[in-house]
Amino acid sequence: MSVRQAIFAEDTRVVLARYRRALIKPWPVRLAEIMVSTGVLGLALFSLWWLGISFRQLGSGLAELGKFLGLMLPPSTGGHLWLFVKAMSETLAIAFLGTLIAAILAAPLALLAAKNTTPSPVLRFLIRRFFDCLRGIDTLIWALVFVGTVGLGPFAGVLAIAVSDTGSFGKLFSEAIEATQKRERETVIACGGGPWISIRFGLLPQVLPIIAGQILYFFESNTRSATIIGIVGAGGIGLQLSEQIRTYDFDRVAFIVLMILAVVAVIDWISGKLRFAIIGRRQALA
Amino acid sequence: MSSGLPTLPARQIENLLASYGNAVARRRRQSILVLGTLAVLAVAASRFAEVDIAHLLHHLSGLTSYFGRILPKLRSGHLTGDIADWYWNALGWLKLLFDTVLIAYLATLTAATAAGAMAFLAAANVAPSGILRWCVKRLFEFCRTVPDLVFALIFVSAFGLGPLAGILAIGIHSFGALGKLFTEVAENIEMNPVEAVRSTGGRFADIVRFGALPQVLPNFASYALLRFEINVRASSIVGFVGAGGIGQDLFVAIRKFYYTDVSAILLMIIVTVSLIDLITERIRHRLAPVEHVP
Repeated sequence: MSVRQAIFAEDTRVVLARYRRALIKPWPVRLAEIMVSTGVLGLALFSLWWLGISFRQLGSGLAELGKFLGLMLPPSTGGHLWLFVKAMSETLAIAFLGTLIAAILAAPLALLAAKNTTPSPVLRFLIRRFFDCLRGIDTLIWALVFVGTVGLGPFAGVLAIAVSDTGSFGKLFSEAIEATQKRERETVIACGGGPWISIRFGLLPQVLPIIAGQILYFFESNTRSATIIGIVGAGGIGLQLSEQIRTYDFDRVAFIVLMILAVVAVIDWISGKLRFAIIGRRQALA
Repeated sequence: MSSGLPTLPARQIENLLASYGNAVARRRRQSILVLGTLAVLAVAASRFAEVDIAHLLHHLSGLTSYFGRILPKLRSGHLTGDIADWYWNALGWLKLLFDTVLIAYLATLTAATAAGAMAFLAAANVAPSGILRWCVKRLFEFCRTVPDLVFALIFVSAFGLGPLAGILAIGIHSFGALGKLFTEVAENIEMNPVEAVRSTGGRFADIVRFGALPQVLPNFASYALLRFEINVRASSIVGFVGAGGIGQDLFVAIRKFYYTDVSAILLMIIVTVSLIDLITERIRHRLAPVEHVP
């Protein structure tokens, strides 16, 4: 042991003696940590066993995946560029219409679900549970249901997004309405305005920017969900994507995925700009 | 005649009224422009999306009767018998539901571990290299932008039908989403401990282990639990494309119009998801009581 190391060891001992409580965890904490990490790891091992996942399957799958990646390069349209572009615009149309319809449906319902516009607790409760039901069922399940009732095609996708987002918008809008200042509406009422006038001039100007921001945000996220509802037959690029995967045309798969990424990025950018313009940069980031 | 209120001279009132009129007219023009654009876009979009109101009205009765039909017939006389009929496959579905939760668990655990390890490479304040940081950020972005169902479709072709494809698909998507959140957490840490470790000669691994990790661990765990909630929902869906879990049975039930099965499975999923939300919310509050999770 060199002198330097000896000094260092001495220092360590002194420091350790002085700050023992800060440096060494008490045993109950340590025991809890060990128990939690064993539990987490044990559950993971149990899951692997229960689900019957073998490393052989993982290995052969990875080899297969490597082959797919090789097939993906270079991405190619396979001469179907126009078809893919049309399907992509269909996806955008689905997202846009679905969001718009949901917003139009949710706005009046949200008034019925907010404490400060609807005095009846029973009505409020019912409307809120209705929103929960719509929201609780995934968009893809709605898409499958609508494909069963209105047939294959993008219309089923529009309805699926419209219905499931009515639930989400209803919840968000009613929260926005409840967060408004009372004074504005009271002012309008003091000037002789009725309940509708007070909502139009006392409440709407307060919630409109917030609601517009939320609608744009959902439009962004719906462009993403609209790309996948085609997988169950509800129109858009998802249908093309799943078909190309099923026929192992991975160069086209790569092209479609890249196209989706590019379109989603563009939509995010536009909607981000609009959102910042509407509600101001600071709030949009918060 | 006199109302007791002082009135402005006529010329001033005229000016005020004129500027008020201008302001209102400008805003009105703006609103009309926005509404007009929306209307034009909506019409164009409905052409693309083959929206047909007559078609919808025609099918509307079918739609309402659909929801009538998926509800089970429960009579007060034979309630237990009816429920037993409704949940004729309760044990099978429970097993699938358990699979679903485990798929979500494995996916979340793998994603959180990988994202936790790589987030520090992408965090501006501790990242060792700028180029590496850029690459890792793009990797996160790619993983979270491609929907998990697309990954699932590809993985089902590669790994075969079954839960492994679902775990990997959800795991990769969560890796991207958690990576972004974890990076933001890591970028907001107190830098004093990091500098302390650096001043004693610690390398990147030491800085992460002793300077950063103790600060971020509660937040990482909280975000991972939040992601687990989302992943339970996702893993009940990936079965649609054959990637394991209860989705497969739900898909068959909806497609083949086994009406009461649809409501039975949906109810089970909703109850499970709400239970898990409740439990994880408890844990999250204990982990980070004042933390704001968006």
